[in-house]
Amino acid sequence: MTGVKAAAQAAMQAVMKKAVALAPDSWIPGGEPDPLIRHKHGLIGAAISRIDGPLKVAGQARFSAEFPMERMTYAALHYSTIAKGRITAIDAASARAAPGVVLVMTHENAPRLNPTPPFMSKPKAAGGDSVPVMQDDRIHWNGQPVALVLAETQEQADHAQSLIRVSYAPEAGVTSMASARAQGPEQGYFRGEPLKLEQGDAEDLLAAAPHRVDAAYSTPRHNHNSIELHAATVAWSGDELYIHDATQAVDHVAWSIAEAFGIEERQVRVTSPYVGGGFGSKILWQHQILAAAASKLAGRPVRIMVSREGVFRIVGGRTVTEQRVAIGAQSDGGFDAIIHTGTVAMTPHNNLPEPFILPARSAYAAKSFKLDVKTVKLNMVANTFMRAPGESVGTFGLESAIDELAFDLGMDPIALRIRNEPDKDPTTGLPFSARHIVEAWGAGAERFGWDKRNAQPRAQRDGDWLIGLGCATATYPYYRMPGGAARIVLRKDGHATVSISAHEMGMGTSTVQTQIAAERLGLTMEQVTFEYGDNTLPGVVLAGGSQQTAAIGGAVIAAHRKLVGELLKLAGNDSPLAGLKPDEVGGFDGGLCSLQDPSRSESYASILARARQDEVMAEADGSPPLEGQHWSMHSHGAMFCEVRVNAVTGEVRVSRFLGSFDCGRIINAKTAASQFRGGIVMGLGLALMEETQFDERTGRIMNPSLAEYHVPVHLDVPMIEVMWTDEPDPHTPMGARGVGEIGITGVGAAVANAVFNATGKRVRDLPITLDKLL
Amino acid sequence: MRFNINGQPMEADVDTRTSLLDLLREHLELFGTKKGCNQGACGACTVLVDGQRINSCLALAVQYQDREIITIEGLGAPGSLHPLQAAFVEHDGFQCGYCTPGQICSAVGMADELARGVPSYVTADIAAEAIDVTDEELRERMSGNLCRCGAYNGIIDAIRETLAQAASADVKREAA
Ligand code: FES
Ligand code: FES
Repeated sequence: MTGVKAAAQAAMQAVMKKAVALAPDSWIPGGEPDPLIRHKHGLIGAAISRIDGPLKVAGQARFSAEFPMERMTYAALHYSTIAKGRITAIDAASARAAPGVVLVMTHENAPRLNPTPPFMSKPKAAGGDSVPVMQDDRIHWNGQPVALVLAETQEQADHAQSLIRVSYAPEAGVTSMASARAQGPEQGYFRGEPLKLEQGDAEDLLAAAPHRVDAAYSTPRHNHNSIELHAATVAWSGDELYIHDATQAVDHVAWSIAEAFGIEERQVRVTSPYVGGGFGSKILWQHQILAAAASKLAGRPVRIMVSREGVFRIVGGRTVTEQRVAIGAQSDGGFDAIIHTGTVAMTPHNNLPEPFILPARSAYAAKSFKLDVKTVKLNMVANTFMRAPGESVGTFGLESAIDELAFDLGMDPIALRIRNEPDKDPTTGLPFSARHIVEAWGAGAERFGWDKRNAQPRAQRDGDWLIGLGCATATYPYYRMPGGAARIVLRKDGHATVSISAHEMGMGTSTVQTQIAAERLGLTMEQVTFEYGDNTLPGVVLAGGSQQTAAIGGAVIAAHRKLVGELLKLAGNDSPLAGLKPDEVGGFDGGLCSLQDPSRSESYASILARARQDEVMAEADGSPPLEGQHWSMHSHGAMFCEVRVNAVTGEVRVSRFLGSFDCGRIINAKTAASQFRGGIVMGLGLALMEETQFDERTGRIMNPSLAEYHVPVHLDVPMIEVMWTDEPDPHTPMGARGVGEIGITGVGAAVANAVFNATGKRVRDLPITLDKLL
Repeated sequence: MRFNINGQPMEADVDTRTSLLDLLREHLELFGTKKGCNQGACGACTVLVDGQRINSCLALAVQYQDREIITIEGLGAPGSLHPLQAAFVEHDGFQCGYCTPGQICSAVGMADELARGVPSYVTADIAAEAIDVTDEELRERMSGNLCRCGAYNGIIDAIRETLAQAASADVKREAA
């Protein structure tokens, strides 16, 4: 997006926002609480095992590369070895002649394609970048695919790929932060708004404050590294394309591929029933488009399973951030100024300036704010969304700085945070929809035994091991994106099927949505089928932003309301329900009953039998998600960490961790706990070991494997305690606010703060490896 | 070439370069064994060969003819799950489920190693008669199986419980 266009869009959005902020509550979705919030003892909140669990533990859940097809071919990719320039020649003769080779595709013979619409540029855009896919001789990053081989077997494709020789005319690329900065940083925009906010004179107030911290923090590149590789099984039948994909956005992928091939969206079917982890990475990258193009040329189905190295080369991760955090405070701890500014790397072909200032916008009250994210452009694979983009690394800077300030003030870091607890959103002035972080701190501190902490560093020791405790705030916003429609079909035998094009990447979607639908309809879970993972179903749901549960919830609420209306019509005047309006009845025990007088009820079977109908169907769109502009809606957590640092070797071991969360109503105690723990585990990786090493001379990723990019393993992870307030948010579907991303936030700082408490060393550059502690 | 997989004789005509993993997935349509790295770094491809756990991505199929190979499909199926599979469901020892077959096969192999008294890096007393099965011991021995969803706590809970149940069943059997 150009600066002018972005600025115009931002101005337009600002006007809309004002109107929504000032509207009466009753006009806003969520103004009337979801009736499910009143259900206290049913399925909502129960610890229910995953309904797809038996399939998964038996190895029978089918992932995208696991659909056999007649005449299958296998793809292998060849990647560029320069960061910028042109291809001058491709010698593929020996590859073409190799046994089993069906096709070698390069920019010279690839079908003509339109540029991929990059994510967030259009409602259903899914592209990780907008670089044309194998359309010309230009190289934009080191690792860009330049040739694809199809063969009868994977071994033949891999071998033939190794025979390809590409000659390049390299040009000077931008591969270091220093040279990128020299080109002039630009303003970052996120969700149509500039990542910039100034209220009051923060620099002056900082300078005048009796206590202040002003430090630089940095975080490296990260890769998602879901254990399932990016893969797709692709086949054309005539001009219709079928993709078994591993994706968190079936509709977005279908629409965007249709755009690339210049065909109608309805000609593309994308299914994705099981996804082996996504964390933001499983959107549309070049491999699905290349596989579809090659399949078209060869006239045969294609399986593409990108190698682990290939995933590092063609699927972007989290970008590098350079942050400044400065806080000025009075002696009682009251904040005069919060400054959080810095620079992130991006490419010219995408639009995600890692928005690390988001936590500072709403976490604490202060007299003044100065927040700003600037971007610089590099020749690198386009960075993308990775679990809590912005918050995961932004909380590292902010929450470390608060710990530094607390130490300087001689104040308990929890007390300092609570001292600056805002009573309304500190930067927008909007009321909070629900905020119980103080309770979460209290409960967490008690459980963790925080009162036993010695604030003096190096005070606790066990042999060679220095022991320290640290804490930090976790925070993530509530989002609900327009999710389109959901459909409910209720049969006369009392079975309901709820359908919406959502995703199951392990979050527990299918289980949780079955629970919710059963509770809403007054059925058992066995009486409900939840259909998802197919773009031909109603709805446009993105599994991202921790918003899928809310988006589905909004659509199902609308479809359910319509269904109840239909049922009341069918019930007619002979029913005990006669005269009641949809809002006056609820689902109960296989039928509807009056909320006022539960003795007035009729079963679904009886209503449909009397109406002589086999089933009743309702489909409706969810309300526009305006609640997020009317209230300030955020989840929080209080994160506690105990580390043991070896005084001789500098090794850090996390020995205890506790997360105390305030995320609205928890729908499934078992799967939510796993979401929290999973986020925390990824946060431990971010804190202690994860780094995508980028060679600033060549722009090449140097550790593209799970052997060299370290993620936490069993031995790195202690038993992690999680707990929650379970206070429903009155303004969200089901009272829930999303649990997928918050777990990773705050962890980096909680660990760093514990390391400081153990050693007296303040590490401001992630990951906290042992060399930084020696 | 002839193979013995999950107690069944199977035949496949494969390249000498074909890994045991690709044999299972691409030639025999046994998709339960997963590919997460294809280079021995993640454990998703773990299977049991003559009762021992191996990374099938690092094994050439041609070398495994007529060996006894057990994959996740051979341990149990929905409706008749292996106790460890059932415990994984109960303790939510997974989220996406992609690393899960490897974790389960690995844990079955590990249980046998413990029973045989094979020490590990964290075993405190390698001369002891029987290995003290601590969480630390389980974690160390399972560290070759990565879970990016971070379901490690549930996995250890499931393994600990299953081992304890098996041990108490053994005690009962001996008493009877
Ligand atoms: S696929 Fe074999 S170890 Fe990763
Ligand atoms: S359950 Fe997803 S990787 Fe382990």
